[in-house]
This record gives sequence, C-alpha cells and structure tokens, in this order.
Amino acid sequence: MSAAAHKARVLKVEEYLIHEEPYYQPVGKEVELFEAAYRNGLPVLLKGPTGCGKTRFMEHMAWRLKRPLITVSCHDDLTASDLVGRYLIMGGETVWVDGPMARAVRAGAILYLDEVVEARKDTTVVIHPLADDRRVLPMEKTGELLAAPPEFCLAISYNPGYQSVLKDLKQSTRQRFVALEFNYPSAALEKKIVMHETGVDESMADMLVKFAGMTRNLKGSGLEEGASTRLLVHAGKLIASDIDPRIACRGAIAEALTDDPEMLAAVNELSASLF
Amino acid sequence: MHQTAMTAREIEARLEAALELVQYSRYSAAPLASALAPLTRAEQEYVLRWAEVICKTNTDLAYQFVANAPQALSLMPPPTVDAWIIRAMDVYDREGLYPGCAILGRAALFAAEAAAAVNGVALEEMSHVLELFVQGLSGRKLRIDVADEPYTDTVSLFLPDRLHVFPTRDDNLRLYKATVALLWAQTWYGTFRLSARHADALPDLLERYPQPARALRVFNAFETMRLIACLARELPGLHRDLMALDDLSGWREERDGPWAQARQRLAAPGASVEDSAALLEAHYATEPPAPHCYEGVLHVELAERAMRERIARERDQFRVALARLRMEQAPRGGAVRASTPGRFELRALPDSQYPERHEFSLTLDGQPLAPGADVRALMDSIIQDLGNIPEDYLVAAGDGGYRADMDRTEGGTETTREQGVFLYNEWDHARSHYRKDWCVLREHNVSPQDEPFVERTLRKYAGVLPELRRTFEALRGEDRLLRRQLNGDDVDFDALVEAQVDMHRGRESGERLFIKRRRLERNIAVMFMVDMSGSTKGWINDAEREALVLLCEALEILGDRYAIYGFSGMTRMRCELYRVKRLDEPYNDEVRQRIAGILPKDYTRMGVTIRHLTYLLGEIEARTKLLITLSDGKPDDYDGYRGDYGIEDTRQALIEARNAGIHPFCITIDNEARDYLPHMYGAVNWTLVDDVRRLPLKVSDIYRRLTL
Repeated sequence: MSAAAHKARVLKVEEYLIHEEPYYQPVGKEVELFEAAYRNGLPVLLKGPTGCGKTRFMEHMAWRLKRPLITVSCHDDLTASDLVGRYLIMGGETVWVDGPMARAVRAGAILYLDEVVEARKDTTVVIHPLADDRRVLPMEKTGELLAAPPEFCLAISYNPGYQSVLKDLKQSTRQRFVALEFNYPSAALEKKIVMHETGVDESMADMLVKFAGMTRNLKGSGLEEGASTRLLVHAGKLIASDIDPRIACRGAIAEALTDDPEMLAAVNELSASLF
Repeated sequence: MHQTAMTAREIEARLEAALELVQYSRYSAAPLASALAPLTRAEQEYVLRWAEVICKTNTDLAYQFVANAPQALSLMPPPTVDAWIIRAMDVYDREGLYPGCAILGRAALFAAEAAAAVNGVALEEMSHVLELFVQGLSGRKLRIDVADEPYTDTVSLFLPDRLHVFPTRDDNLRLYKATVALLWAQTWYGTFRLSARHADALPDLLERYPQPARALRVFNAFETMRLIACLARELPGLHRDLMALDDLSGWREERDGPWAQARQRLAAPGASVEDSAALLEAHYATEPPAPHCYEGVLHVELAERAMRERIARERDQFRVALARLRMEQAPRGGAVRASTPGRFELRALPDSQYPERHEFSLTLDGQPLAPGADVRALMDSIIQDLGNIPEDYLVAAGDGGYRADMDRTEGGTETTREQGVFLYNEWDHARSHYRKDWCVLREHNVSPQDEPFVERTLRKYAGVLPELRRTFEALRGEDRLLRRQLNGDDVDFDALVEAQVDMHRGRESGERLFIKRRRLERNIAVMFMVDMSGSTKGWINDAEREALVLLCEALEILGDRYAIYGFSGMTRMRCELYRVKRLDEPYNDEVRQRIAGILPKDYTRMGVTIRHLTYLLGEIEARTKLLITLSDGKPDDYDGYRGDYGIEDTRQALIEARNAGIHPFCITIDNEARDYLPHMYGAVNWTLVDDVRRLPLKVSDIYRRLTL
C-alpha cells in the first residue's frame, strides 16, 4: 500500500460521489419506484426495521442516480438550525454557515434524514416546504428562500417498530412522502446477501439465516427486534475470519440483541443447536 | 463468647414461649426440650429462633419442625436446613398443613435430595430460558410445566422439576435442553399429525393392538428415531448434544437387525409419522431398544384432546381473520357486496430451506395478500397441526362470525390478567423469602357519586386557586434560552461584545458566544395511590378527596400524565384496587364523580398495591415515573399483615418499584410516621402533614416541589 492509501481523504459532502456500485439486492420494485419518484420530484419515506438495508439502499440509489448523498442521523437534540445552518463568529464577524440541508439543496444532492422521528419537532417546519410541491427551503435567519433544483431529492427513514407512541410520525409529515416499505429479505435472498457480503459458503449462510429466523421468533417475547441482516453480515465476516461460528454468533448477534441473561442463554442455546 | 448449652428445663420454658403453648395445648414441650438438650447452644438458639418464625405461620408446623430439627441438624449443614424449612413453608402455603408437615417429617429424604442436587438443576431456574429456546425454534409458544415424566400435550412441555442424572451440572442442563428439544420435535415434525389427517386417530390406532401400552412404546421408539434424524438434519449442534448424552448414559445404537433398518428408513428426509405407524405394524412383536436418557413418554389422548380444541378454535379464528382481510381489501368507500364474496386461495410454494415443507401464500380473487404477523402466526400454527390449510378453512366468516373471545390467546396468567385478576408475591421477612402468588388483586372502578363534591371543593378553595394555577403555570415546559453556550442556534451578542472588548484589551476572551434554546419537556407519569381504609373515615377522607381535586386542577395545567387509584381490601385473597382515573383517561365529569365516590372501605395491604401499580407504570414510557402514596398510617390487614411483617413487605415492594425505575414518595398524616416511614421509603422520600385540614393545599405544593 502506498503512503497515500493510509490517509483519509478530505472531501466536501456535497462533492462526494459514490463511484463503485454499493451491493444492493432488490427485494421488490423499490429501485424502479425510487427512480420514478426522483424523476417526479417526490420525496421518499423508507419504512422498516433496523439493519434491513435502508441506508445501503440509499447509497445504491445515489450511485445509480450519480448524485452526492448527504446523510443526517437524527437524534433528539437535532434542531432546525442544525439542519439549515447558523451564524458563526469568525475574526469578530458573524458568518453564515450552511447546514447539511441547505448544502444538499444548493448542490442538488440527495438528502437522507435517517430516523427522522428522533429529531426535535421544530425540524418539521423546514422539512414540510421541501417535501411538497413548493420544494423550497426557507432560511429564516438569513431571510432567504432556497428553491431546490430538479436534481435535489429528500428521503427520510422511519422505523415503525420500536419508537414510543410519543414519537410517531405525524400524518401531516408522512402524507407528503412516497413510502417504500422495507423488511427482512426472504430466506433465499438473505442467504445470497450474506454470502455476497461475507464470503462464507452456502451451508454456513443457510445456518446464519436460520439462526436469524429463530431470533425473529423471539421478537415481542423479550427481544425488541430479531437479528437484522446487518448482524448476520457481521457474524458471517467473523466466521470467514476463522472464528468459531458459535462464538461469532454470540459476539456479533446475541450480545448485540440483548443484555438480559436469560434471553442471552436462550439465544446462545439456539446458536449452539445449529452450529 | 462461647455460651454453655441450655438445659432441658431452660429449653422447655423458652419453647413454651416460642410455640405459644398453653396449659390446655395438646402438645407438650418437655419431650422436645430433652431432644434439644444435647445440641450446642448455637444450634439450640437456631432452632428456637426458627420455631418462633414458623409459629407465626402455623403452630403445628412449628411443633413438627422442632420435633425433627435435631435429626435435620445432624444430617445437613445450616444453609440446607434453611432450605428445608423454606420448602416446608412454601408447601404449607400452597398445599396446606399436612403436606407441609410431611416435608418436615422427611428430613433424611430432603438431605439426600439436597446432596444430589448440588450438581442437579431445578426446572424453576431453567424454565424461562427453555421457553425462549423453544419459541426460538418455532413460532408457536409452548409453556414449560412440571410433571414426573417428560411429555407434551402440544400446548405445554412437561418436565421433571429437578434433574440430577449426571454428576455435573452442565450435563444436567444439557439433558433438560435435549429433552425439551425432542418434545418440541414431536410437535414440530408432526408426531400427532396422524390423528388429524387420518380417519384412524392415533389413540384408536394403538387401541387396535392387543397390548396398547406396548404398541405405544414401540411407536414412541420409532418416532424418536425419526425425530432424532430430523434434528440431525436441521439442528446439527443439538444433535451433537444428543450423541454426547447417549455416550454419557452408555446408550448404544445397534448396528444391524430390524431396528437398524427401520432407523435407516426413518432417517430419509421425506419420512413422516405414517412411516412410524407402518413400522409399528411390522415390528409390534419386537422388543424396542432401550430409551435414550432424554426420551419422554407419549400421552396421545392428552395431545389429541388439546389439538382438537386448538384446531377448532384456530379454524374459527382463521375464518374471522379472512373476513377482516376481505374488509381491508374492499375498495375504499364501497362496502363488500354479497354477490362477490371474494375467493380466497392458497398456493403452496416449495420452501427454499426445507424440501419437505412448503411456504404458503394467500390470494383473494387472484390478488396476492400480505396478511399481518398475527394471521401468519395463525397459519403457521394450523399448518403445524394439519400439515396444510384445508379447503374449508378458506371461507371467510359471515357477519355474525366474530366473537370477541376468539381474539383471546391462550395462556394462564394472561387470561386471568385480562379478566382483571392479578397474583402477586409477598415478602415474608422472617423467612427472608417471598410467598409465591400470595395475594389476589382485583381492579374495580369506583362507583361514581352524583354529588357536586368537586364544585363544592373548588368553591371552598376559590381564594387560593388562582395562586395555585399560577405557580403551576410557571412550571410548564417552556423554551428557555441558555446564554453563553459553546454552540447554539444564535449568536449571543452580549457575550460577543464582551469577548471583543477582552480581546482588544489583550485579555483572554471567552469562547461561550452562543445562545441555545432548550425546551424543557416534562415527561412525567405519576401514579397516586390513595388509602381507602376504614381508618380514613370522616374528615381524613374528605381531606384526601379535596386534595385530589386541587391536584387534578394543577396537573391539568401542567400536562403531566397522572393516574389515581384507591386501595383497600381484606385478607390476601381480597386485595382491591379502585380505579379513579387511569393514566390515559382525561379528567372528565366521570372522573370527578369518581373522586366524589372515594369511600372508606376495609384494610390497608400496601405491598400488593405497590407491586401492581409498579406493573402498570412499567407498561408505559416516561422519563420520570412517580408513585405517590397518600396514607394515614401503617400497613395493616386482617390476616396478620401488620407490624414488622407489613412494614417489611411494603419496604420490599418499594425496593422492587425503585428497581423498576420508579420514584416512590409518601405523604402521610400519621404523627408516628417517623418511626417506620424512613425505613420503608428512605429518609427523604416522605413528608408528614400534621394538620389534616392543610392536606389539600399541601399535596399540590409537595408535588410541585417534587417535580421541579
């Protein structure tokens, strides 16, 4: 490896294009649907449990549409000014600095707000005008209105499963979006994904998928969620690096799912039954 | 300091006091005392202490204990003796005096069991893990229950309550797991499916043989072979465990002969229960091989009965679910027309993972449907029993077909909980153990009282109400501007100017130049637990009700979620909880009338109430959870729930509540509260309102300070 390879590259988010195709295995017609929504300037809502491939899908679409992808992981302290921008002080002067949303609109990028219900309520104020046919971003503090170019696309994700009722997505928000539902892929497809992503052989991928099914059987009986495809990929990668499958499943899946000792014991017994 | 042992005479006197023996008692302490005399002083004290404790439960039981104590002490170390006593008292609680005394009478047996149990495993410690394990293996829940021999009726898996077959604990654990897996395999790979599909049900089939018991044994042997082969194919890790257990128990597989051939036939991937039935016919006369150590027995009639019930129920449930699905699929605005009933069809696709199984997809008039998780679970369960979904299931139920009880799932505690009956443990401090499922609690609604109590109260306090409202309005979550922050939404120009000035003067300038807007969100759920015991009769009850009225006024302003429950009852079998306002209920006229309807009832059993309200608070999500008790005295109930016992149980219940993330607080009017409340609630988590007339205003004030 050359010296340059060890250094992280510094790029502006709105200039960063994905050049290599991110692996994505379509489950239904979601790619076509997203493209059609994009062409029509419609915003998109991705629904689905954690680790089922929402973020990967967005990367794949960004690559397909050749647009930069700006991802914001929403948290409960995220305010509207974190998204739009704010004045900062530089050398005694105030300077306006764009937030990720304003940058995305300016650059005609794809803006992906991950787990949008986690954000503060006031963020909806800036999402709404961008998400309907106005397609504008009002910047209250500068007094400007940023009109989005046709290339700009807004996508948000939302996990209907585990958030509290207090954080449900409001009707006025969700009814602005084209919704794509994501779920865990079918066993055959999931096996294919695990094999592709990790390099384990077919029989091992088979076992991992079966194990995921077992943990999904426990959803609601002490587990909030079953093992996601992402966790299977983690376990598969460890197994491909010659870790004993039972140890890999314990570390990558069981411990990631729960802290409850009895549940851990049960999940570990399940993996011990398979491998 | 080493004390000399007591003489028989001294012991006799102490015993008489401990056992509360009186002149006319049918027991005499003298023979007991002389049996205790040879023991050491420490042992004598130990026996006397426990005798006193047990006597509080039952005198006869205590007498039995003392009579057997010398033998027990010679056989077991003290911790095991403790376990022996606790076991006897648990049995007494559950089954009565005679079985309880029987445990005490058989100290030697208990000692032997305890010695064996060091490496054994109790089902109790494993049952939850095993339940989850089985549920992970397949979708349908199976309960774990106790029986002498392992078997399943397809609803529960029955297992012995202790296993100490092998010298190490790990192997005994493995034996539990293997036994459970094999029983699960019976339900999953269709051992009982024969009965559902054949005209000839399994019990009838066996009855045809001259010796049905023998036929059952042979059939079980074949089924075990088939199921082990299934496990070997699909759960190789588990199969390794089975083989290891076979090795340990010295089980040998015969290499040739009719059984080896049968094994081969049953190991083929397509083999089903029909093959076992056919082999039974051919080999009925042959003696089957020895059973595996993890092999259970078959109770075909029990399984048959449970399956028949479930099949009928699930058929109805499925047809109701189809009717619902059709409603959902109907074009918006248009009702389902009777002329187009909609045809459901089921298509079986080969399962990619298991060649012998199919994935089923449901269509309505050719359109594929995506049924919800509950319907899919139902389909899986039907397929598990029948192998497929028969044609006659695919007819949606008619309009009258829906019955509320069909939606109810099976399950012991759940159903009783749905019916509003709850069982809770109670802490017995003398034993340092819980009494299992000791209290029976029911929820009732307070009957609304059509009296203008609330209006009267509001009029009475009209002078102070505006002030009360104002103080609570000030608490309401509002945006607060935090100045001089490292980062924020806006520039703090005051700070900026100062920083500039500092810089010009060559001084170090501050970095905190921003304003942050922080919304203080009150995410509080509070539960008020109001004493409705007989002792509150009169002005205390009035003060309590007035306090609740003012509190509701204040809390409505604040927007905190709150619930009000009254409690009372008599004996552990009749603990009553009165709903005044649920957490999700608005403060409406009905609630106002219920507040008016709060009346003094019977006694105060606090522990069980706290446990139930803890359970209710556990069901909801809130950043802060409060449990506030309004009380007028110590816990007190008719059946001995008083003094230390009541206080210690209440304390234990409060510890449980705290462990569940709840902050308990107590407002009392009992002037002696200082003696026991700090012990129960902790030094700062209670307050005394010594003047009852001030209670109404104080409660709101205390709440405000608590949640500031």
